[in-house]
Amino acid sequence: MAIKRLDGRKQHELRKMFAKVGVIPNADGSAVFAFGETIAIAAVYGPRLLHPQHMQNPATGILRVNYDLFSFSVSDRKKPGSSRRSQEISKMTEHALAPVLDLKEFPNTVLDVQIYILQADAGTRTAGINAASLALAHAGIPMKDLVCSVAIGKQDKDIVVDLTKAEEDFEGGEGPTDFPLAKVANSDEYTLLQLDGKISTSLVKEVLTIAEKSCREIYEVQKKALKEVVN
Amino acid sequence: MVKISERNTNTDNSEDALVSKKRKIVIPGEVIASGEDFLPSDGAKRLGNDIVATKFGLAEEAGRVIKVISITGAFIPRRNNVIIGRVINITMNGWVIDIDSAQSGFLPIDASPRFINKNEMDQFLCIGDVVVAKIWSINQRGIDLSLDGNGLGKLEQGFIFRVSPNRVPRVIGREGSMISLIKEKTNCDITVGQNGWVWICGSTMEDEIKARKAVEMVTEKAYVEGLTEKMEAWFQDN
Repeated sequence: MAIKRLDGRKQHELRKMFAKVGVIPNADGSAVFAFGETIAIAAVYGPRLLHPQHMQNPATGILRVNYDLFSFSVSDRKKPGSSRRSQEISKMTEHALAPVLDLKEFPNTVLDVQIYILQADAGTRTAGINAASLALAHAGIPMKDLVCSVAIGKQDKDIVVDLTKAEEDFEGGEGPTDFPLAKVANSDEYTLLQLDGKISTSLVKEVLTIAEKSCREIYEVQKKALKEVVN
Repeated sequence: MVKISERNTNTDNSEDALVSKKRKIVIPGEVIASGEDFLPSDGAKRLGNDIVATKFGLAEEAGRVIKVISITGAFIPRRNNVIIGRVINITMNGWVIDIDSAQSGFLPIDASPRFINKNEMDQFLCIGDVVVAKIWSINQRGIDLSLDGNGLGKLEQGFIFRVSPNRVPRVIGREGSMISLIKEKTNCDITVGQNGWVWICGSTMEDEIKARKAVEMVTEKAYVEGLTEKMEAWFQDN
């Protein structure tokens, strides 16, 4: 019953992944992560002093994420600068990454994470989370685990993994469904669950099982990228 | 000024950690060792029966103790670190010094080696001056610095540049072997701060440039084994 996907992938197959750390020399930690045509680049600065001062927390450092698309990353030029969408994704990425971080050692400071999308072909937020997770590890920040993120979607009734833009826009059958999620690599905790579209409750369990399998593949790519630093 | 590298080595002996094959790279959440025999130290924690890394770096086993040494990332100030910083403000009772970390350092007026008139503090250290100082204490109020020690004080002449703070132990070498080699071969005065700032002062520009090249080469090849010998060969060729 296996359906045929536009790019010839199997139903539960991820796009070809690429990951590399240490790509921005002036940042304290940096990484790129790509899902096929979607490329995200992330830089970590800090821990550094937080301004405005009223945001400082004397008990712990805080995480501040900024996500944005480069104007050339999409086919219709995106107006540069933050938008409602990018602010929302920044916040959501912050929530997806914060649970693995331990910033108690750095009170009153901020950890700035900049995520930029170089090329967008759906799944930019998940690629961004994967890149940011790598960049945070690369910056030597105390964290309990890496975060892996993937989007699961639906083509009519079939569950497919890691949709491209063309698949995401597919209107046929039950309509498009996009289900991005992020998982703590070596545990069962999920730090992000979003749902855009419709899915029956009975299918969610199946989605999570598939997501877990996909996250393991992503984790291996991330692990390899980090271990390659020393050569 | 000359003895400072030897002082630096006392505070951080992780240099050989960068080369030995026994140590391995770990990522956050990775199990380093299993069993009740081990004790977690910096960058590691116990999770049930396992010792798990809490940060990215090189895992090192010293007897029963396991710790993770960072190989990337920003400078985290530690007590007794010798650092190079720049004066950014003069207050009633001391100087505020940018030490390239989240918090700036504070050098109290009593920490200076001689008496200083409070009205003429800029005679001793002016805004923009560069100093070598030691981190005396780190508390909730901030980082206190001190000039009490060999080779500490204001830097005149020469120039400063930055290298990755994580590569500083390698630049200094075991018991200062690397830095003394570079000093000897280039006839330059060199001070390496734990925050990654390097100060070089030589009699000619050529010497200074050569010394900088050598320091930068060491930071680039931090993971090469027997680097001191390789550097000696490099000095012979150049």
